[in-house]
Amino acid sequence: MPTLTETIAFARPRAAAVRKGPSRSLDSLFRGCAYGAALLVLVVLAGILGSILYGGWPAFREFGFAFLTSSAWNVGTEQYGALVAVIGTVASATLALVIGVPVSLGIAIFLTQLCPGWARKPVAMTIELLAAVPSIIYGMWGLFVFAPLFARFVQIPVSNLVEGMPVIGTLFYARVPSGVGVLTAGIILAIMIVPFIASIARDMLDQIPTVLRESAYGIGCTTWEVVRHVLVPQAAVSIIGAIMLGLGRALGETMAVTFVVGNANRLSASIFDPSSTIASRIANEFNEADGLQLNALMALGCILFVITFVVLIVARLLTRRVKAA
Amino acid sequence: MNAASAIPTMDLNRNHAEEGRAVRIAVKDLNFYYGSFHGLKNVNINFHDRQVTALIGPSGCGKSTLLRCFNRIYSLYPEQRAEGEILLDGENILDPSVDLNELRSRIGMVFQKPTPFPMSIYDNVAFGLRLYEKLPKAELDMRVEESLRKAALWDEVKDKLRQSGTGLSGGQQQRLCIARTVAQRPEVILFDEPTSALDPISTGRIEELIEQLRDEFTIVIVTHNMQQAARISQFTGFMYLGQLVEFGPTNRMFMNPTEQRTQDYITGRFG
Repeated sequence: MPTLTETIAFARPRAAAVRKGPSRSLDSLFRGCAYGAALLVLVVLAGILGSILYGGWPAFREFGFAFLTSSAWNVGTEQYGALVAVIGTVASATLALVIGVPVSLGIAIFLTQLCPGWARKPVAMTIELLAAVPSIIYGMWGLFVFAPLFARFVQIPVSNLVEGMPVIGTLFYARVPSGVGVLTAGIILAIMIVPFIASIARDMLDQIPTVLRESAYGIGCTTWEVVRHVLVPQAAVSIIGAIMLGLGRALGETMAVTFVVGNANRLSASIFDPSSTIASRIANEFNEADGLQLNALMALGCILFVITFVVLIVARLLTRRVKAA
Repeated sequence: MNAASAIPTMDLNRNHAEEGRAVRIAVKDLNFYYGSFHGLKNVNINFHDRQVTALIGPSGCGKSTLLRCFNRIYSLYPEQRAEGEILLDGENILDPSVDLNELRSRIGMVFQKPTPFPMSIYDNVAFGLRLYEKLPKAELDMRVEESLRKAALWDEVKDKLRQSGTGLSGGQQQRLCIARTVAQRPEVILFDEPTSALDPISTGRIEELIEQLRDEFTIVIVTHNMQQAARISQFTGFMYLGQLVEFGPTNRMFMNPTEQRTQDYITGRFG
């Protein structure tokens, strides 16, 4: 008995059965294009890294390792050090995570577990709109609207309250309560990274199979226990990934931070005090910089590169550890 | 055609239903709605203490829906609602005043796919225990071991209790889920097609396990597999289009069903 395919083959008119060789030339062109596109990324990355390393090299040579540990930044005497900017960058990004991550997870959990169906779309839309606001808007709003309010209702009362206390008297004391500073930058950055972390975390929580959620409720867990012990750990790898993406953005964000960080080159233990980040210093100075100052800015760029690279590696290690656990 | 000849592998004399056993769950005039869809229609059925009751029927007949009423897991979805009475030891569990978390610790459920939680094997079992009992470490260890033994998993995992539960094979994961359920010492265990994602060997082990668990627990199992129902249950309910068509001791249901539709289904004429 003929198989089904044979029957179909015989039924087909002869004329249609002209054989045609596979088009090898088109295939190799296609492969070439794909390879080329992938290679281009590597070339561009290597080019950028190479050129800023080349540009920053004179500064590294001049100051050596002290470039990392010095808090000087003096154009007149040509003394440059990265310490203030590095600390400012790391501190503002860390504050952004400390504020932003709980809020983001709260949003994601609300949207996936608690939100009534009709409200889900509008709330999710609003969050995504937040991601579409240009960073200069956040900067302007931060400087002109948020900073004065922050000075009046947070910095001044808190400074008065904690003055003289050990540790927190230093950490939360504003010498000049102008509203701008590391914490202000951290808050603005938090607002900027929340939509990213929240929407990725929401997608990941949504992808968790219904039966897992039901079986957690099925042994008598409350919503909090289900979320805390089952859903969040289940999505942990992706949530860490989302947080690292947010951290990457917070570290490199320039415009909004330049507005609100205060741009002071001063080491201070208070998170109310103005400071600088690497990105804000480069944005402030590159226009008029030349000679060693330009080299120093390039060197700062290298350091930012390294910091974000380290964040990426840490993220990889963390996700691997969570996967293995 | 005789129904028994269609299912030659089963041994119908092994499991005798004990109708004298007390009624543990009594369902009275239960109606269930998915939004406007009427999923269960006036279902009346009793489940006997420490017996296995199988619910069979074609897809969409409402057997899983009925199962999901017993721990009210459906209430996670606001558009789903049940009307009528389900009496667990005389107490109506559909009453709005019933504490759902407490109810679910008394009525365990095992799902169609293994659902190990993202934690160690030990914690998977201990997690449910810790929710409702405050136990010293030594006793907790003992209860975890006891539960894993009851789930016939202890020998396979005793040396790797700290490893992740998600690293086990499918059959082992399902037995882990059973251990997790057993650990809470529930009164009733619901199985929702517990072997549908498993290979035949794992399926066999789960079936043996269910037979053993019958000594202690009242068991309700939803299954697509009629041989399975015949092998492990003492009572069988056949459901069709949201109604309970016929209910009785498994032997009689398979040998001598009174309803034509039951006869047609178990002989494979539709389904």
